[in-house]
Amino acid sequence: MTGPHNAAYRRDALWIFAQIHRVSGVLLAIFLPVHFLALGLAIEGEARLQGFIAWTQNPFVKLAETALLFTLAVHLLGGLRVLVIENLPWRPQQKQMALGAAAIAAVVAVAFLLSV
Amino acid sequence: MTPEVAETVEVSLWRGREDGRYQTFTVPLRQSQTVLDIVTWVQRHADPTLSYRFACRVGVCGSCAMTVNGKPRWTCRTHVSKVVDDGKLEIGPLANLPVIKDLTADMAPFFEKWQKAEGRFVPSQTRADNLAVVSPESAERRTADAAIECINCGVCYAACDTVRWNDSYMGPAALNRAWTLVNDVRDAGNRSRLSAVASDGGCHNCHSHQSCEQLCPANLNPTASIAGLKRRTMQAYIKGELG
Amino acid sequence: MNVRLYFLQRATAMLMVPLIIVHVVVIFYATRRGLSAAEILSRTRGSLGWATYYSLFVIAATVHAGIGVRTVSIEWGGLRPRSADAVMWGMGFALLVLGLRAVTAVVLA
Repeated sequence: MTGPHNAAYRRDALWIFAQIHRVSGVLLAIFLPVHFLALGLAIEGEARLQGFIAWTQNPFVKLAETALLFTLAVHLLGGLRVLVIENLPWRPQQKQMALGAAAIAAVVAVAFLLSV
Repeated sequence: MTPEVAETVEVSLWRGREDGRYQTFTVPLRQSQTVLDIVTWVQRHADPTLSYRFACRVGVCGSCAMTVNGKPRWTCRTHVSKVVDDGKLEIGPLANLPVIKDLTADMAPFFEKWQKAEGRFVPSQTRADNLAVVSPESAERRTADAAIECINCGVCYAACDTVRWNDSYMGPAALNRAWTLVNDVRDAGNRSRLSAVASDGGCHNCHSHQSCEQLCPANLNPTASIAGLKRRTMQAYIKGELG
Repeated sequence: MNVRLYFLQRATAMLMVPLIIVHVVVIFYATRRGLSAAEILSRTRGSLGWATYYSLFVIAATVHAGIGVRTVSIEWGGLRPRSADAVMWGMGFALLVLGLRAVTAVVLA
């Protein structure tokens, strides 16, 4: 404990969901250049891109892609929640909205994992 | 006959300035005891040099807010039985403000930001004019009334991580007050006020964590007030009305 | 953060809602058919529609991510707003160049 300021108020579903929104956004920002570079391989021809895609077929990359899809879905739904708070009349069911958003993102990710 | 066992609570109180430490006292429990009663007991019976701030003791003045087991609260309206955790209480000064000494936070930055957000009434009439007639049923007045009961205690400011992470952010209380004035039909300061709350430290920094709404002892919703400011400033921005 | 950055942040967010939904649908569709370079390029090669869609997506994501990273670098990185502006422009430039390069690659390949 370095100062007087314990922050136990953070143990709250809404606070935690807001941090998930932020961390997912940062992860997407880190992933985007990688995604662009990978697709950019097509400049060197279809074979070069196919070589990369073939590498992505291993199970670890599939798991990473599932996590990435969850990250995208949870950031989208978290963002929709912010847009609803900011632009529509106040709704009291904030925690249900946050949990619903996380649940839908998880369903999308699991559906992806099962389909690949 | 068994002797009556006096029930006690272990209370850790912040001592010193930012670089201080928690000091533990054993305080007897009483019925309907408030956290402020605990702090007062320590000052009267254990250490008269303990510094803390209070005035009304009934939730009207807004001066006794402290951090109680990690959550900012009015100590005068918080029963010990409601917040005690495993027989322990940790009481510190309000967060996000400089510590003067012990449990006393320096409220100056809080009120400076209140002024930055132009959270003060700007009259549109003079004393020579008739009294303004404001219908309590009007949409503007209802919106202002929903946010008006703020007593500047600083609980929301201490609970706001956006304040914690960004020194320039005006914080929930100042913006909530600005929102009541934006909806006050007698006020003439909106052009300048909307520009102020749309500037770098203004309402657009809010991430809607809603800690302010969860912890406001007056049950106000600064997150909703700030959302109102975001909409109103956006309209003004699109119309080119912001200076 | 001020009203101008906020406007750009939220406008690109709203724009990307339908773009992301289409993107996720395409991801499911493409992976079910067995993802391959031939499969991707057969869709995008010479397509004005996909070129427009992905260019718009790249621009919106660039603006949105740039402003978001600026905010995070102030709030979590402790940067002053000026340094955070530099991070935002640097990030934005890199994303725009790499993104449009990728769009060109899959459309003209």
